[in-house]
Amino acid sequence: MSAALLVRAPGPLTLVEDLGRPGQSAIGVGRSGAADRASLRLANRAVGNPEGAAALEVTLGGLEVEVLGGHVWFCVTGAPAPVRVDGRDTGPYTVSAAGPGCVVRLGVPPHGLRSYLAVRGGVDVPPVLGSRSRDVLAGVGPAPLRKGTELPVGAAVGSFPDADVLPLPPADDDVVLAAFRGPRASRVRDADVLVRTAWTASERSDRVGMRLAGGSLPHRPGAPELPSEGAYRGAVQVPPSGEPVLFLADHPVTGGYPVVAVVLDADVDRAAQVRPGQGLRLRWRDPS
Amino acid sequence: MSRPRLLPYGDRALLLELEDAAEVLAWTDAVGRARLPGVADLVPAARTLLVVTSEDADVSAVRGALAGLEAAPAPVTGPADGREGDGEDDAVVIPVTYDGPDLADVARLTGLDEAEVVRAHTATSWRVAFGGFAPGFGYLVGGDGRLHVPRRDSARTRVPAGAVGLAGEYTGVYPRESPGGWQLIGSTTATMWDLDRDPPALLRPGARVRFRERDG
Repeated sequence: MSAALLVRAPGPLTLVEDLGRPGQSAIGVGRSGAADRASLRLANRAVGNPEGAAALEVTLGGLEVEVLGGHVWFCVTGAPAPVRVDGRDTGPYTVSAAGPGCVVRLGVPPHGLRSYLAVRGGVDVPPVLGSRSRDVLAGVGPAPLRKGTELPVGAAVGSFPDADVLPLPPADDDVVLAAFRGPRASRVRDADVLVRTAWTASERSDRVGMRLAGGSLPHRPGAPELPSEGAYRGAVQVPPSGEPVLFLADHPVTGGYPVVAVVLDADVDRAAQVRPGQGLRLRWRDPS
Repeated sequence: MSRPRLLPYGDRALLLELEDAAEVLAWTDAVGRARLPGVADLVPAARTLLVVTSEDADVSAVRGALAGLEAAPAPVTGPADGREGDGEDDAVVIPVTYDGPDLADVARLTGLDEAEVVRAHTATSWRVAFGGFAPGFGYLVGGDGRLHVPRRDSARTRVPAGAVGLAGEYTGVYPRESPGGWQLIGSTTATMWDLDRDPPALLRPGARVRFRERDG
């Protein structure tokens, strides 16, 4: 029998994510995938998986899974949640083993928002439109984990990597995201408010987008309404209220509000680790 | 056809600004057919086409490749994909019961009577310009110009799946229950989105659509 993970407690929100389903925008389905792609890739590399294998995205810890049917090798990256196997501390950013009947628990991370638990062989649930990612906006992909969900573990491919301990990233306390001016920067009175304001990630943030509180970008008066335009991860959209929204993994495919800035793609992964209530800043980056 | 304006969109995308829905369809088709290296996704919208690049691609190289492309105009009505013939055979036919709660308002706003609204909606074919509101939703353009109506003053919190609506220059069918501000003129039992079907979306950009009135 091949191994599986039985969910005993899902925590606040645990989803299956890989690198998403590109190329489906025309039928209204966005790419989705891990909110912090760099951490997903790192966890997969650590256990010898292809970088885009499906793993668990655990928001603010609390996940508890029991290993069934075989031994599994796993690694937790992203928000450095404490990891225990049958009560024994093994820690994040290290490759650990767990045998049948073992219980793996993730505590609340001291900083960061989303941890990635990759298991060697990948989480082998059936793909939907070419991906195992849950898109919370489109409602596509495997449902959020619940108590009792059983997740098959796939067959391992390739050899096992040599490194079994990864460098732990420092706390990203002072988040500064690089951003390019967006296609509709002239639609607001002063786009530079974006880089002058000490923003706070709003409580009303999720995988769709992070609302930035603490300032306002009033629209320039008199401009005709903007028809819907394609949107992308990292776009900073400003609705008429003036409160910007930074689009994350499950952003809408098209949106009707002006995109004033677009965050550097690599920095969107860091944005996905900003907790509600945490501060962040943006700075302009010259076009390459 | 005019050259599209290329607007910056970060380090992974470019926004092509176009004149109208017909140009968006033509450029979506042209960029898709060209299979340019480094292009990962195309997101057509009302007046723009967002070209998303793959993670290992250089946006400026894709920008250069786009500058070398030409697009042929695509009629908003008539045969899709430049195919010959009268174009009626390949249209997606959607049967509609015209019993929507806003049918009377639409008649008032357009100066038509309700039967004329139904005739206007069914008499000519539409084309799917773009999607994006929800999986399987299509913004349809190119129908009878007399049907251009504003959105409702206040959106409904619950619009049922299959509701057929009008807003601005568009008509569309809600693929699932959702909030919505369009003027609802009817309903269909056609399944707009089904993940167990291949393809899951009944409509995709460029497709032609014909609404047909159902009796009773």
